[in-house]
Amino acid sequence: MSEQLGTTPSQTVGPFLSIALPWPDGPDLVAGGSAGAVVIEGVLSDGNGEPVPDGVIEIWQADPNGRFPHPDDPRGPVRYPGFRNFGRCATDAGGRFWFRTLVPGRVPGSDARLQAPHADVTVFARGLLRHLVTRVYFPDHAEANGVDPVLSALPQREREQLVAIAEPSGALRFDIRLQGEGETPFFAV
Amino acid sequence: MAETMLHLPRYAADPPGTHPDNDSPEYRSSALRHPNRPLRLLPHLLTEITGPLFGQDRVRPGDDDVTWWDGGEAVGQRIIVRGRVLDSDGRPVPDTLLETWQANAGGRYRHTGDQWPAPLDPHFSGLGRTATDADGNYQFTTIRPGAYPWKNHDNAWRPAHIHFSLFGRAFAQRLVTQMYFPDDPLFFQDPIFNSVPDEKARRRMVSAYDHSATTDTWALGFRWDIVLRGPAQTPFEGEPDDV
Repeated sequence: MSEQLGTTPSQTVGPFLSIALPWPDGPDLVAGGSAGAVVIEGVLSDGNGEPVPDGVIEIWQADPNGRFPHPDDPRGPVRYPGFRNFGRCATDAGGRFWFRTLVPGRVPGSDARLQAPHADVTVFARGLLRHLVTRVYFPDHAEANGVDPVLSALPQREREQLVAIAEPSGALRFDIRLQGEGETPFFAV
Repeated sequence: MAETMLHLPRYAADPPGTHPDNDSPEYRSSALRHPNRPLRLLPHLLTEITGPLFGQDRVRPGDDDVTWWDGGEAVGQRIIVRGRVLDSDGRPVPDTLLETWQANAGGRYRHTGDQWPAPLDPHFSGLGRTATDADGNYQFTTIRPGAYPWKNHDNAWRPAHIHFSLFGRAFAQRLVTQMYFPDDPLFFQDPIFNSVPDEKARRRMVSAYDHSATTDTWALGFRWDIVLRGPAQTPFEGEPDDV
């Protein structure tokens, strides 16, 4: 066995991440006006419920057919035209972030069972020494959400927290609370 | 069921002490921003073992030279930072994007939130981008950043550092970190550097002076290798041995 190299430790993005991390096209996984486009929006807040204005949220998800443009997917890499599976949005002064995306398709789990449509979510901020990971699920997929292997492993209350809320505007709301009342469930990956 | 099992790569867990605990009271900004509930376990399924494959496609010409901005040359000690991006098995991570940001030679960031009385440099943005080559090598040219004060504790100063953001090839490999400079006298009082519990891991954040990277009559060289999580040693451990 070859000698293992120690991994490089994580450090905080600090307060000045906006020098480098925001991209003009960051929040757009699809262009505005694309058929089927949905907006996911939310507020990142701290243990006092105050907005976090120096954070960055990233999402990574399958395309509407449940595929990834990636060679490690044993089903083969597939690129969905006009769609980037990744989004990045810095929070604004009110802690707000948003993405314009397409609802992902269902993706296999470790066996024949399909996972519910979901996006993996990464949270960076000043004050976070290591990024946090959570998942967002979609409210119109109650049946799939009910049998999702990741959701099913959580207590009922936490399952509900990971499902975005449909707003009258048509947007999907997914707030992220770092600590305290309504703290978002986070995962070790 | 064997024929329907998806055999996916899995990424190795880092040894305890490799990464900071988000609940690190010495770093005051962490107080209201660390979760109190234990982390749930996310298995490595398709979404976690894939990830965005950003590389040279996100780098524009000149992005790897931070010493020149807005029509002029930044002041300070010109340096070349180079190294390799590897996984913990020692395999290079090819064509992967590195995004960097940093303070200028006087220790000031080009950001409205940084108002301490050190001068801004009209020719320094602090933003760099580059990508690794086929063997995992990267290199960029910049200005050696200065140390700067902050309000964390009495007479608190951050050691000079450059922020790095990397994707690797999988969601599970995502890393944002900071590169430090050798023998910085400010390490002892810095709660961010010292938030990494394991001393050997902490030292992996410190670059080395590299005379072979130093360029005659031009720039001093520093070497810094970055190691991302690699594959788990026994990828199918715990799964039924029925294939």
